[in-house]
Amino acid sequence: MKKTMSGAVAFLTGILAFPAIAESTSQLDQYQLNLTKGVTDISAEVYDLHMLMFIICVVIAVAVFGVMFYSMVFHRKSKGAKPANFHESVKVEIAWTVVPFIILIFMAIPAAQTLIAMEDSSSPDVSVLVTGSQWKWHYKYMDSDVEFFSVLATQPEQIANKFEKGINYLLEVDRPLVIPTGKKVRFLVTSDDVIHSWWVPDFAVKKDANPGFINEAWTKVNEPGIYRGQCAELCGKDHGFMPVVVIAKEPAEYEAWIAEQQDIQRRAKEEEQKLLAMNMEMGELMEVGERVYLATCAACHMPNGEGLPGAFPALKGSDMALNDMQAHIDIVVNGKAGTSMQAFGKQLSLKELAAVITYERNAWGNNTGETVQAKDVNALVTGQ
Amino acid sequence: MSTVTDHAHHEDDHHHHAPSGIKRWLFTTNHKDIGTLYLWFAFIMFLTGGAMAMVIRAELFQPGLQIVDPHFFNQMTTVHGLIMVFGAVMPAFTGLANWLVPMMIGAPDMALPRMNNWSFWILPFAFTILLASLFMEGGGPAFGWTFYAPLSTTYSGDTTALFVFSVHIMGISSIMGAINVIVTIFNMRAPGMTWMKMPLFVWTWLITAFLLIAVMPVLAGVVTMVLTDKFFGTSFFDAAGGGDPVMFQHIFWFFGHPEVYIMILPAFGIISAIVPTFSRKKLFGYASMVYATTSIALLSFIVWAHHMFTTGMPVAAELFFMLATMLISVPTGVKVFNWVATMWRGSLTFEVPMLFALAFIVLFTIGGLSGLMLAIVPVDFQYHDTYFVVAHFHYVLVTGAIFSIMAAVYYWLPKWTGKMFDITLAKWHFWCSLISVNVLFFPMHFIGLAGMPRRIPDYALQFADFNKWISIGGFAFGLSQLLFLWLLIKACRKEGEPVSDQVWEGAEGLEWEIPSPAPYHTFETPPVIK
Repeated sequence: MKKTMSGAVAFLTGILAFPAIAESTSQLDQYQLNLTKGVTDISAEVYDLHMLMFIICVVIAVAVFGVMFYSMVFHRKSKGAKPANFHESVKVEIAWTVVPFIILIFMAIPAAQTLIAMEDSSSPDVSVLVTGSQWKWHYKYMDSDVEFFSVLATQPEQIANKFEKGINYLLEVDRPLVIPTGKKVRFLVTSDDVIHSWWVPDFAVKKDANPGFINEAWTKVNEPGIYRGQCAELCGKDHGFMPVVVIAKEPAEYEAWIAEQQDIQRRAKEEEQKLLAMNMEMGELMEVGERVYLATCAACHMPNGEGLPGAFPALKGSDMALNDMQAHIDIVVNGKAGTSMQAFGKQLSLKELAAVITYERNAWGNNTGETVQAKDVNALVTGQ
Repeated sequence: MSTVTDHAHHEDDHHHHAPSGIKRWLFTTNHKDIGTLYLWFAFIMFLTGGAMAMVIRAELFQPGLQIVDPHFFNQMTTVHGLIMVFGAVMPAFTGLANWLVPMMIGAPDMALPRMNNWSFWILPFAFTILLASLFMEGGGPAFGWTFYAPLSTTYSGDTTALFVFSVHIMGISSIMGAINVIVTIFNMRAPGMTWMKMPLFVWTWLITAFLLIAVMPVLAGVVTMVLTDKFFGTSFFDAAGGGDPVMFQHIFWFFGHPEVYIMILPAFGIISAIVPTFSRKKLFGYASMVYATTSIALLSFIVWAHHMFTTGMPVAAELFFMLATMLISVPTGVKVFNWVATMWRGSLTFEVPMLFALAFIVLFTIGGLSGLMLAIVPVDFQYHDTYFVVAHFHYVLVTGAIFSIMAAVYYWLPKWTGKMFDITLAKWHFWCSLISVNVLFFPMHFIGLAGMPRRIPDYALQFADFNKWISIGGFAFGLSQLLFLWLLIKACRKEGEPVSDQVWEGAEGLEWEIPSPAPYHTFETPPVIK
């Protein structure tokens, strides 16, 4: 945090030089005042349009307030001003209706051109399905079988003010979206639950994720780099905690990355198959389970398993967690329709599912002593 | 305000036995009493909604979660918005209409006095239901005052039912108030008070009342659809059942956009009354003001989707709504130019109502210009749902609507009480409010452009310093309103110098021809208008 004095100075200069100062991307800019120019042709056009609008508005404001302040200074009763008696003038009134109208036309033409370019998502090179859900993003590359969830990576302790906050506080995720530079990337945006909005300021892309519908947006990034954004539509409790991080790589690097991801995903599946034949120890299950629980479940059910009464049910002492193991596995894997409880079957591995269910059945005094194994979960998934 | 009757009683006793104490207020059918009730209710709600804003600003004072959890934070932003819109601004304007419309058109009272009583007295119940839900299991509404489905349906708490019922009651109250204004203005104008002689406050309220009747039923419809989607298995807004969540937004904003003009048109009427008085000069273009108000009202029905540019509409629709929205700035500009032309070569003095009116003109225009920027679809993609929008609508609603209400209270308060208010205190109130409100809302433009989304309880580090300034401005603005409370209490206790009937040199209109304080019953015999 800067000192108050320098803060005050920066604040004042900021107001005086509003459009002039707007730089720096790599480090924190406490006093960024203006819209970003971004890293695409479209975002630069949007920035220019924004500045054009801003300057027109400032000129109008200066003219109107100038006349008004002139009156306030020179037409005061205390200076002996006598009121004039003029009113109603058709000429003046036509002028101040027509002139603004012409100014508006000059604003609308470039705006319409940019808009039409922005909405043309035809013939993309790469398509990514972007799915929002409470409170994470899921990315699926349509041209390969790579898909993954992208979740906030900031430690809860930083949010709770126990640890010092990192430079990318609340703007970091465990697995960023990777896209190639210089290629037209189309985003197919949708949602699994409420409305979210996928926003990366540097691309000038903000598109609502509507459940049951697919919206399209596109970008063509010029420079490799890491670009950060956030969910822009109120989507419930942790709306402020679902950032978007996109890494733009050179096309060759991007291809290599895709190949690597495919490999990793294939090996993970093989691991899962091996796991089905084994039994894990309670200690290991609890350890993995706690990690998964805190990352995935604690946002609603709370780290102490007590939930939020009236909004999210408690797991501690719940009948399902203490008695009905099949129902418990079912609700975690398939979710519960019409509630915020998501289907975690596709979000977590069999091992993680088994561990977290074991954890929920044995933590906070829920001491059932039972373990859930990957094969138990698999039995339900495959319907055996 | 509250003791106006004491004066009037001795004149009226022979035919009117008004009850005293609490019964006077419960059973009153007098437009002045009901106006007072509305105004006090609005002020209490303003302080309540303001207290919630203080919670929001305290949490946002620095990054990290310190004071409230995110779920409660969302309840605060939601209920703050609902209370300020439906509990503070709208009832305050209705209170002013009650006090002023009959006095301005030479009518003895509102046309439907018993309905007038009813339309006020259901309001406290509506807000008790809404506020009580905050203390129930699961908390109050946490889906934003715009209650977008399916966050407000499938994914909301059970207290959503209470939210729906309270909005229904508010809507019924508004519709009854609007009917009363229309019937009064159509039927009870004094002989000679022709349409084009009516004060602009009466004109703007008449048009506002038509807007209310047109759109409040739409709000009632959409909350009912939320209710049935949540509790009775319908799928208006659920794609899985053949519905569409975006349809919610179309219906909501078909109400919501005229609603923002409901909250600003009466303000235009107030400013059009105050500026000529303290310029000692006629309003520059009366007729064009009437036409501009009408055009704004009509245009307000075809711009709703400019709140929804990121929902994925077809390009043609985006272009249409962009152009229609830009068009609104023409009649709005006509209004601002008119006020400035009225001041031009006038003989200006700067009494407290004029100070608020001048602040209104400058700050509302800033809000209007940022509104024009928001209309431009490609840049709206960047502005949408950021603090830039928050800055925009607080400039038009706080320094617009609320400053106009304060200007109106200072302007007509001496007529209501018969005493001049404490001018020193009023000037303190003005300057403290003016400075703090800009420290509060101006930097929001910057953090919005820099990329801070709205409705978040915690934010990235680059927004930290501005947020601290904003919070300090917020606390100062909140505290400044306690000066206003103190001033109003003093005014109601009838402290201060007695005022003349005209009160302000240069004030013109029927309400300045009756005694100060205004007697309990005025214009029992209609005045003759030249």
